[in-house]
Amino acid sequence: MIEVLTTGAANSVQDLGRNGRFDIGVSRSGAMDRLSLMIGNALLGNDLNAAGLEIAIFPFRLRFDQPARFAVTGAEGAVTLAGRPLPARWAASAAEGETLVIAPPDKGARVYITFAGGIDVEPVLGSRATDLKSGYGGLEGRGLKRGDRLNVTPKPYMRAFGAALDPFAALDFANPLPVRVVPAAEHSVFSADARKLFSRWAWRVTQEADRMGYRLEGPELKLERRLELMSHGILPGTVQVPPSGKPIIQLADANTCGGYPKIATIIEADLWIVGQAGPDSRFLFTEVTPDEANAALRKQRHEIDALARTVEVARSLAG
Amino acid sequence: MREPITISFSGGSALLLQSNSSRFDEQFQKRIWSLATDLQAAPGFTETVPGMNNILALFNPEEIVPEEARKQLTERWAKAQPLPRRGKTVEIPVVYGGQNGEDFKPWARHCGLAPLEAAQRHAAGTYQVAAIGAMPGFPYLSGLDPALAIARRSTPRLAVPVGSVIVGGAQAAVMPQTSPSGWHIIGRTNIALFDPHRDKPSTLAPGDIVRFTIEDVWL
Repeated sequence: MIEVLTTGAANSVQDLGRNGRFDIGVSRSGAMDRLSLMIGNALLGNDLNAAGLEIAIFPFRLRFDQPARFAVTGAEGAVTLAGRPLPARWAASAAEGETLVIAPPDKGARVYITFAGGIDVEPVLGSRATDLKSGYGGLEGRGLKRGDRLNVTPKPYMRAFGAALDPFAALDFANPLPVRVVPAAEHSVFSADARKLFSRWAWRVTQEADRMGYRLEGPELKLERRLELMSHGILPGTVQVPPSGKPIIQLADANTCGGYPKIATIIEADLWIVGQAGPDSRFLFTEVTPDEANAALRKQRHEIDALARTVEVARSLAG
Repeated sequence: MREPITISFSGGSALLLQSNSSRFDEQFQKRIWSLATDLQAAPGFTETVPGMNNILALFNPEEIVPEEARKQLTERWAKAQPLPRRGKTVEIPVVYGGQNGEDFKPWARHCGLAPLEAAQRHAAGTYQVAAIGAMPGFPYLSGLDPALAIARRSTPRLAVPVGSVIVGGAQAAVMPQTSPSGWHIIGRTNIALFDPHRDKPSTLAPGDIVRFTIEDVWL
């Protein structure tokens, strides 16, 4: 067992999310930064879809009531286990009674804590992810609170090691973050000016940014002509433009259908960057083709697979 | 003459096929259902999200490249015949008006009807589930009497309670969970439309027939 000592209600149990139920209105949910969750799981030899904790409210503290093995990935900042600092993207062993403290990060918005064997909560609709909006999955369908106890598999001590795979190395949060998009259904209905602005402006994330979506601040994007759209399926990463002309990025817990014009869809391989961008971060959108989007995702998957294989070798040498 | 459609990419592994018209067409919707059934067995396609006169089709780019997926979707649509689907009939008992239907009287007034008459006309309709989506189990219902249509509220409510029977534009629906909504609340039902722990989490499916029955009217 682990016990939550300090938390905020926006911190939750997440895996890679629900698939195959969009047709009955079920959101994907899952980690906002799926890449970091997968790195955390790979470091522990877990299934990449194993459930971990997504931490967006800091400081976060938990106590291990048993020996366990865990990894901390995602946003970078001060992390200590029983007062000893841990490097970024590091897997380590905790002894019974030790406390893990995650301070507010310096780089990024969300930290992931994964545990060898994953967090043992009952899957709902095929996933352990918490859907905070609809209130199911994870721990009783809600965010974490002080005193919560979660079941993790007891693991004996093993030497700590880290991941060389560092997606954050290329990100400079002080500058606009490059995010690739595929133009979406109504892209061509936006004015030439709007299309140009969309890919040249450094769009700022407003305070209205959560697991459902981010509102962006920037110039007003205008349509060439009025559009009346009927409700249609949308995916996480969809960039809608409501009548205000200010884009909204739909994310993990977003509704599965929408009716606003869509200018673009953020590619799966870059959604983790959005998940790590808090209010006041800026995005610079670059258009790519669907083939380029898939190539980028394939490259990312290969890197994670390579990490998982390296961990396997390290574990067999250590064992 | 087939209706003009647009097919576009939603990222690298999904396609959206939509009608170019802004008016809902029942025959078109029956072809959407037909296409959805066809795609369930189509190699490379992984998931479909039928919407209102549109469909989002997800595919696995490791099995089928984007341009091939687009080509197949176009061909399969051309062959899609209207699927005459008539699912189960679900009765939804409604208490109209009162505390749990706070827009009931203004809505009736907007329609130029006495409250009781408005409730009777709402309950007299035969509705069909066109699609499920937005939130878990939320039914988009076609078949609202045009005389009962009302533009959505200019400011959405932040929390419309579960079970609220609502109208918005030319559409009728029931809230499967408490959520924000800009639709008008005309009554309340106790029927649970969604339970993630059931074998069939969503009570309703596309093609189902919905009838509202009057349990009570607060005048």
